[in-house]
Amino acid sequence: MNNRVVITGIGIYSTLGVNLEEVRNSLYTGKSGIGIDPEREVIGFRSPLTGVIPKPNLKEYLKRRDRVGLPDQGEYAYLSTLEALKEAGIDEDMLLKEDVGIIFGNDSSAKSVIEASDTIRLKKDTTLTGSGSIFQSMNSTVTMNLSTIFKLRGINFTVSAACASGSHSIGLGYLLVKQGLQNKVICGGAQEVNYQSMGSFDGLSTFSMRTDAPEKASRPFDKDRDGLVPSGGAATVIIESLESAQKRGATIFGEILGYGFSSNGEHISRPNIEGPAKSLEMVLNQAQLTPKDIHYINAHATSTPIGDLNEAKAIQRIFGNSRPYLSSTKSMTGHEMWMAGSSEIVYSLLMMKNGFIAPNINLNTPDDEIKDINFAYETVETEFDTFLSNSFGFGGTNSSIIIRKF
Amino acid sequence: MSKEEIIEKVNEFLVEEFEVDADAITPDADLKNTLDLDSLDYVDLVVEIESNFGFKVKPEDFTGIITFQNFYDYIINKVESK
Repeated sequence: MNNRVVITGIGIYSTLGVNLEEVRNSLYTGKSGIGIDPEREVIGFRSPLTGVIPKPNLKEYLKRRDRVGLPDQGEYAYLSTLEALKEAGIDEDMLLKEDVGIIFGNDSSAKSVIEASDTIRLKKDTTLTGSGSIFQSMNSTVTMNLSTIFKLRGINFTVSAACASGSHSIGLGYLLVKQGLQNKVICGGAQEVNYQSMGSFDGLSTFSMRTDAPEKASRPFDKDRDGLVPSGGAATVIIESLESAQKRGATIFGEILGYGFSSNGEHISRPNIEGPAKSLEMVLNQAQLTPKDIHYINAHATSTPIGDLNEAKAIQRIFGNSRPYLSSTKSMTGHEMWMAGSSEIVYSLLMMKNGFIAPNINLNTPDDEIKDINFAYETVETEFDTFLSNSFGFGGTNSSIIIRKF
Repeated sequence: MSKEEIIEKVNEFLVEEFEVDADAITPDADLKNTLDLDSLDYVDLVVEIESNFGFKVKPEDFTGIITFQNFYDYIINKVESK
C-alpha cells in the first residue's frame, strides 16, 4: 500500500505560548521565550539560562489517577495533544471506535528519576516514592500515560533519538500510515524543562553564557553565538491517511512528502557535514522533489559554533543556488531537544498557514562561509507551500521531513 | 495527639490526596469505594501516613481495613504504640 499521508491536527505547549494562537503571534513578532532560572545559579550551573514555561494545572482536566503518573513533559504533552485532537476533530467516540496509535519522542525523565532516588536514600523505603514515580520515570512516560488517558488502541511506543526524537516520531508515524498499517497516529515530542535534566549537559560547557541579555542568548548562525539555551515543552502532530481525512472532512494542515534519515557514524557529540547532507538528499529523493521545490528550511541549528556551521554547509552543498529561506526558530525558543523535531514542524505549519516566515532573531552577521544563505533576518511576509525541517542529535542521528501545503 | 485530632488529620489528608468530598467520609463508609482506591493508591496511602505521622507501614497492612473507622483505629493504634 502507498497511502498519501496528511497532517490533520497540531497542538503546542511551548515557551512561545501555551496554544497555537499565542505561538503564532510569538513567531510572527520574533518573541523570545528565554529567561534565567535563579536556582541554577545557586546550585552550581555554569549557565542559568533556560526556556521559561508555565507549570500546567491539570486538575480541571484529569482525575487524580491519570495525573499522578505524569512528569512535567507529560503534562505539557497532554495539553498539546488535547489541542491537536480538537483541531483534528477527533473526539472520544472516534478514539474508542478506531485503532488510533501514538508515537512520541522523549529521551529522558530525569527529574522523576532523581526525586525517587533522593527519597529512597533519605527514607530507606522504596514504597515512599509513591505510586506515580515509576510511570513518570521511564522514557516511554509520555506514550504510556497518553495512551491510557486517551484510551488509544493502535501502535504505542516512544522514540528515543536524542534531539531528533520528535522528528523521527513523525517520520515513523508517516511510514506506518503510508504503508496502511495505521489510519491515524498521534505523533509528537516532549521535553522536560528543569535543572535535574540539564545539569550534565551544562557540564559540557555547551550552554550560552550570555546572561546579561537572555533574549539575545540563542543566536543560531550568528558570528557571536556562544552556545545553546536548553528549553522544552511539547508538540503534537496528528498524522492521518488522506483517504481517512477526506472521508470525514477533516482540515488538512499539510501533506508529508518525505522522511530522510542517516547516522554520522563518527563522534558522539561533534556533528559533521556528510550525515546531514545524506539525510537531506534522502528526503528530497523520497519526496521526489528537487532543491528548488523547497521554499523554506527550518534549521536544526541550536546556536553552537560547530553545529550551526556544519548544518549550513550541508544545506549549501545540497541546495546550492536554489537559496530557500532559512531560519532557526531555536533563536526564539532555545533548544527544545526531544520535542524540537515536532515543535518545529508545528511552527513551520503555522507559518505556512499564515503566510510568513518567522525570523532567525539575533542573527546580525553570519559566519563568512555561509553569508550567501538566504536567512530570514526579519519576519518575511510570503506565501509558501513547501518546507523542510531538520533535526539532528547526539550519536549522529539525523532526520529530515518535507511537508507541502495541501 | 488525641484520637479526635488524629481522625481530623487523617480526614484532611484523605480529602486532599484522593480529592473526595469531605462529607463522603463517615466512620462506617467503605474506605476503598469512597476513595475509589485501586491497588496503586494503597502505595500513596503509605506515603501519606509516613508524611503525616512519621511512621512507615506496608500496603499489605491494609488487608483487614474496610471502613474509615477501621482505618482510624489502625492509625490511632500505631500512633499510640510509637
